[in-house]
Amino acid sequence: MLKDWKSTVWRAALILAPWLLLLAGWYAIHYSGLINPALVPTPHEVAVRFAELMRGRLPLDILMSTQRVFIGVLCGIVLAVPVGFVLGWYRNIRTFIDPLINFFRALPPIALIPLVIVYFGVDEIAKTVILFYASFFAGVIVMYEGISQISPIYVRVARTLGARDGEIFRKVIIPLAVPHMLTALRVALGVAWATLVASELIAAQQGLGALIQNAGSFFQLDIIYVGIICIGFIALFMDLGLRALGRRFVSWQERIA
Amino acid sequence: MTAKVRIAFDNVSVRFPTTGGSMQVVDDVSYRVHDREFVSVIGPSGCGKTTMMNIVAGFMQPSSGTVMLDGKPIAGPGPDRGVIFQEYGIFPWLTVKENIAFGLNLRANRVGAAEREEICQRYMRLMGLADFAGAWPRMLSGGMRQRLALARAYAVKPQFLLMDEPFGALDAQTRSAMQDLLLHVLAEEGKTVMLITHSVEEAVYLSNRIIVMTARPTRIREIIEVPFAYPRTDALHKTAEFGELRAHVRDLVMQEYAQQARQRSTAST
Ligand SMILES: Nc1ncnc2c1ncn2[C@@H]1O[C@H](COP(=O)(O)OP(=O)(O)O)[C@@H](O)[C@H]1O
Ligand SMILES: [Mg+2]
Repeated sequence: MLKDWKSTVWRAALILAPWLLLLAGWYAIHYSGLINPALVPTPHEVAVRFAELMRGRLPLDILMSTQRVFIGVLCGIVLAVPVGFVLGWYRNIRTFIDPLINFFRALPPIALIPLVIVYFGVDEIAKTVILFYASFFAGVIVMYEGISQISPIYVRVARTLGARDGEIFRKVIIPLAVPHMLTALRVALGVAWATLVASELIAAQQGLGALIQNAGSFFQLDIIYVGIICIGFIALFMDLGLRALGRRFVSWQERIA
Repeated sequence: MTAKVRIAFDNVSVRFPTTGGSMQVVDDVSYRVHDREFVSVIGPSGCGKTTMMNIVAGFMQPSSGTVMLDGKPIAGPGPDRGVIFQEYGIFPWLTVKENIAFGLNLRANRVGAAEREEICQRYMRLMGLADFAGAWPRMLSGGMRQRLALARAYAVKPQFLLMDEPFGALDAQTRSAMQDLLLHVLAEEGKTVMLITHSVEEAVYLSNRIIVMTARPTRIREIIEVPFAYPRTDALHKTAEFGELRAHVRDLVMQEYAQQARQRSTAST
């Protein structure tokens, strides 16, 4: 009992330590004089600004950005899972499609913005398209690399036990694909948050990216920090949530990284 | 052997396409496996043993000749033939018990919940897995995985058991225990067995007959009747008759390995 409690405290300390170190480093830079302190707002200044913004526009910014990321990732993953699956399962298709996927994946979403504006305008849809693009290509690659590494032995075993095609799909292929779907989703979410600011370059009024860009033009460094930290934490919490989900659904795996 | 013929190889040849034409792997092989017979196939590695088993299992067709199962051509894999693969293929996303129940939940051999439970319990007990019903396969030792593969195959009541070097990855003690367990299980529920092995000792200890294959392209070198009565126990290993037979089979297999080595060295020069 006491031991349990001790190890919990110890774990919490270990988790907190790097964050505290980061904060300490931040203060150190501010007070060291190496950089003009005006260019590095202190953590407590940023915290104050955060509290102030929370009473103002920030909740809506967070909502808008989260919503964009959600829709973009949802559309991206809904397409990436079947496409990645087919590419991973049917090796000969992959030979032809692989270069194409890598071609598009290499294009930075930010470079596509002018084209997206031309074809999709400057509305919500344009931002979603950028996020969709980024999450689709990230997801599809994770998915097909995962699927292509599945050993054919399980399908063979199932056949010798009498499984038909439908049963093999439901009872063998799906369980093997689920961990890769979850990983694809996690990677896509990460990429989508990383692409968010770029997507909100397109005439966004609300959103964390818009907040950062507006603050940038007025040189409000503390607001920029608030925006960045919000993106980081939301992405972190979503990832933690997905990992917990992963542990629940694929507990058979040694670990779901 | 007057029992009826279950598996019949007739003039079976297998060629695999290669970049420079085709490679002959199996060359005009004919033999019969009778009901409830235990036949071992032994030969140099890479000679084509797994290929022959894959034909019986229904994963491929011979290039020429026929393989018949109870007088009928083989249409594909099926639950009448339990296959134990070299790499076991335990489903890692299912627990030990769920692995055993997998076949029982398929349309091909669906049974009621009570019967399914009973079958699972029976084989978990028989294979010493009862304490691990809810365990994930990754926690199991090699010997336990092997027993799980056997339990899973047995659960759907196959008439044939096709085993591809099933004990190859086990240490000597586990291997010997698994051989005795296999004999015990076979004594309870007779099956027609084809075992691929590279262990002469194992082949002599377990089989009614041993088919010694030549180096690739593989032909039948010799078919050896093993005269010892079942049930067999460990004491058999120490008898003079066992030793003589083992020496004879070993000679044949060694000759084929030597032949294979000669072929390889001429091929590489
Ligand atoms: N699907 C295949 N395509 C081409 N060559 C194959 C295929 N399967 C097996 N072979 C070749 O046939 C030979 C015999 O293989 P195998 O039956 O697995 O041997 P064994 O089980 O006796 O060790 C090997 O040289 C192997 O490389
Ligand atoms: Mg083999």
